[in-house]
Amino acid sequence: MTLQTVGRVTRAEFQPEDGAKDRVGHGLLQDEALIFEEGRFDMTGVDFDETAEDVELGDLEGLLRDAPPALPGLSEPETLRHYVRLSQRNHAIDLALYPLGSCTMKHNPRLNEKMARLPGFADLHPLQPASTVQGALAVMDALAHWLKTLTGMPAVALSPKAGAHGELCGILAIRAAHEARGDARTTILTPTSAHGTNPATAALAGYQVQEIAQTPDGRVDLADLAAKLGPHVAAIMVTNPNTCGLFERDIVEIARLTHEAGAYFYADGANFNAIVGRVRPADLGVDAMHINLHKTFSTPHGGGGPGAGPVVLSEELARFAPLPWVTHGPDGFALVERAEGEAAAALGRLCAFHGQMGMYVRALTYMLSHGADGLRQVAEDAVLNANYIKARLSGVMSAPFGEGPCMHEALFDDTWLEGTGVTTLDFAKAMIDQGFHPMTMYFPLVVRGAMLIEPTETEPRHELDRFCDALLALAAAAKAGDVDRFKGAPYEAPLSRLDETAAARKPRLRWTP
Amino acid sequence: MRYLPLSEADRSEMLATIGVGSIDELFVDVPAAARLPDLIDLPLQASEAAVERTMSAWAARNRAAGAGPFFLGAGAYRHHVPASVDHLIQRSEFLTSYTPYQPEIAQGTLQVLFEFQTQVSELTGLPVANASMWDGSTACAEAVMMASRVTRRRKAVLSGGLHPHYAASAYTLAHTSGVETRRLAAAVDDEAAVIAAIDSDTACVVVQTPNVFGTVTDVSDIARAAHAAGALLIVVTTEAVSFGLLRSPGDMGADIAVAEGQSIGNGLTFGGPYVGLFACRSELVRQMPGRLCGETVDAHGRRGFVLTLSTREQHIRRDKATSNICTNSGLCALAFSIHMTLLGGTGLTKLARINHARARRLREALATIPGVEALTPRFFNELAIRLPRPADAVVEALAKRDILAGVPFSRLDPDAGLEDVLLVCATETTLAEDIEVLAKALAEEIAR
Repeated sequence: MTLQTVGRVTRAEFQPEDGAKDRVGHGLLQDEALIFEEGRFDMTGVDFDETAEDVELGDLEGLLRDAPPALPGLSEPETLRHYVRLSQRNHAIDLALYPLGSCTMKHNPRLNEKMARLPGFADLHPLQPASTVQGALAVMDALAHWLKTLTGMPAVALSPKAGAHGELCGILAIRAAHEARGDARTTILTPTSAHGTNPATAALAGYQVQEIAQTPDGRVDLADLAAKLGPHVAAIMVTNPNTCGLFERDIVEIARLTHEAGAYFYADGANFNAIVGRVRPADLGVDAMHINLHKTFSTPHGGGGPGAGPVVLSEELARFAPLPWVTHGPDGFALVERAEGEAAAALGRLCAFHGQMGMYVRALTYMLSHGADGLRQVAEDAVLNANYIKARLSGVMSAPFGEGPCMHEALFDDTWLEGTGVTTLDFAKAMIDQGFHPMTMYFPLVVRGAMLIEPTETEPRHELDRFCDALLALAAAAKAGDVDRFKGAPYEAPLSRLDETAAARKPRLRWTP
Repeated sequence: MRYLPLSEADRSEMLATIGVGSIDELFVDVPAAARLPDLIDLPLQASEAAVERTMSAWAARNRAAGAGPFFLGAGAYRHHVPASVDHLIQRSEFLTSYTPYQPEIAQGTLQVLFEFQTQVSELTGLPVANASMWDGSTACAEAVMMASRVTRRRKAVLSGGLHPHYAASAYTLAHTSGVETRRLAAAVDDEAAVIAAIDSDTACVVVQTPNVFGTVTDVSDIARAAHAAGALLIVVTTEAVSFGLLRSPGDMGADIAVAEGQSIGNGLTFGGPYVGLFACRSELVRQMPGRLCGETVDAHGRRGFVLTLSTREQHIRRDKATSNICTNSGLCALAFSIHMTLLGGTGLTKLARINHARARRLREALATIPGVEALTPRFFNELAIRLPRPADAVVEALAKRDILAGVPFSRLDPDAGLEDVLLVCATETTLAEDIEVLAKALAEEIAR
């Protein structure tokens, strides 16, 4: 998920209140220094079984540090306080709705965490003999089965480490397929509404990127696509449901035109959570699609990763899948790690070892918990919740593609704020004072002042109502001309608006004494 | 379904508010032929207890590393992680938060990243570190691409001591962009060969220390040779605990240092998720991939932290970005940072010395077995030994005796002709009796 942050005003016109700089806390919220300011550099918070101070190091002469790294060591109580205090400065899905569109901030079941910590999964080395990791390989095999069945696709590459890595995997497989036919193609088409990772991935894989125009109702312009397709086009990368929260009605025709031109259809599966159990991407003509396990299948976002981005592949692309993968052999499960035999066409390795096992365990636990029926309900409730928010807010906020239903997220623009002096950014920051995390702002780029709201299926109705009530009250304040409330916001957060321009102009990227 | 809060009454009232008669009407944009009328053929929802039984049964079919003598390294290492680390990373406010795009309500994550960057900078001896990469191998591949951008050259020389998975990952990423990776023959020590391979087309030299055979190298001479040719030196480290004892990459002349941070704070987890460390010289920062956290002030003048220099990144620059990376490895970076905060510099050095002492004990025990030859002259906590027969069969035989003896080099690189080489590792979790058990069993297997 991405946010547009270029060029925005980040310094509020606001006078500090007396004494604000002298505080050491606020209510029960303590200020917290950096560890380098509070810790002692000659201490450690870990006790060891032995000191090993006397170990002979003679043959490492010239290879040794002169002194230990200049980093403080904190005792356990100090460490706990440091991080618990810091944690209290974060918003979290466990605190309240986290309506970041395209990010899918849903509840993270704690059973998933418990299962991932079983020693039989957590304490396994990736290079142990296959005979000692049959259960782990079985989990990978089961996850692959679920992903293939839910998407209707015949193959899956599990190893990509995140969504963007999955995109790279899919595009490299497409590139390998073209090259295997001696067909050198140069270009990838993406809609203007695409996630930034799509064009970045295409460029990383050595392709030029060309944009496909959008129709007035927020979807791929078929005529423009047809005009831009040709023998130079390797693939299209289309997100469906798209980043405006809309299902591409012409998706089957998009796939047909693409295939007719000898190109492949790469689907960005970031929004698979809207259709899981109700639509199989294979039935839409998809050739490759990554699945963000941290979105659809609820592995925790962890403040920015780790994610996991398995890629489902068509029959034609399957033989180019990266190493390794799991097979059934005479002695049970085995890993294919060598590019020979049936793996001779594999596009190589994307990373060391076998991918994000800890995420596989969590995602599979989530799938087993929900089952085929629960996953279908996930998509339905996610779409229902988004449409409910859209219905409740549309009378006041402007929805640019408001005709017809949205999928899992509701998109608004800033037309309704015209003349108020309040921007999307101001409105978003004022939401913090109302107890809510802002929605995704200024993305997708195709509408002005975008506000993209994704509630997910794990929000109860009363929370949706609280959220809508708060937004409607804020909207009323904006329209009533209460501009100060917005320009200086947030007032109630641990910090007020941060000067991002200064941070970029003179980067200070580490602590120095 | 325990994770879905809407009741049937909620659903019908909400449909009424929306103004539709059924949920199907919300999926009206899906082509009729693609609408699944029935449930997909997969098991139905299950209770927490039932799912726990299923998953636990799978877990029980694995032999956990801690269940007996264990000597595997080669890019993933078994260390003791303090209990408080896992407790803290499960705080809801860390576990269930998103990338800190709204800095006013994400200062917890942002301050952690600033501290993490400082720790990584200090350990690697380079002034700038980013907020983490997916893992060490992808960080290495990104470093090669970065060096190509900086030097505008299209050839990378990879040492034969570089972990073969890292070399393969770098190749996959680089070759599609027309960057050639020249990997030298696998060798315990190839300093001279690396220097000889540098020429005026070389964008970067990639050297690992301690390398995949365990060899610790002073890369200063390679750095001088690379710089004389206008190339950058990338130093790779897969065992981050070694930073506590050995000279840092920056101190030896590295322009970019990448490392696998798993050893600190993170478990083995069958290969992932891990955390890539990435540091470089200051003047290269604008070509760096990944997220960066920087210090600034709020409107009251109070110190705060934000994600910065994002004009390098895909969400701003799209096809002109330095990388397609979006998510980093936030929670694993947090675990790294907490463990590092507990250890401190002196603790890390103590830990490193213990690791080295255990590895010495391991070497002594194995090198005296008839037919076994220790190949690695200077090592940290892992080393290569040559056996009188193929290592994979020996490893299989020892696994049947419940000893996980090490990594056959042929598992990593089947084409190197080193079938008889076994990579063994000892950490602070390796007990003297484990080493005795291995030495005895290995001697018996070899004599068989």
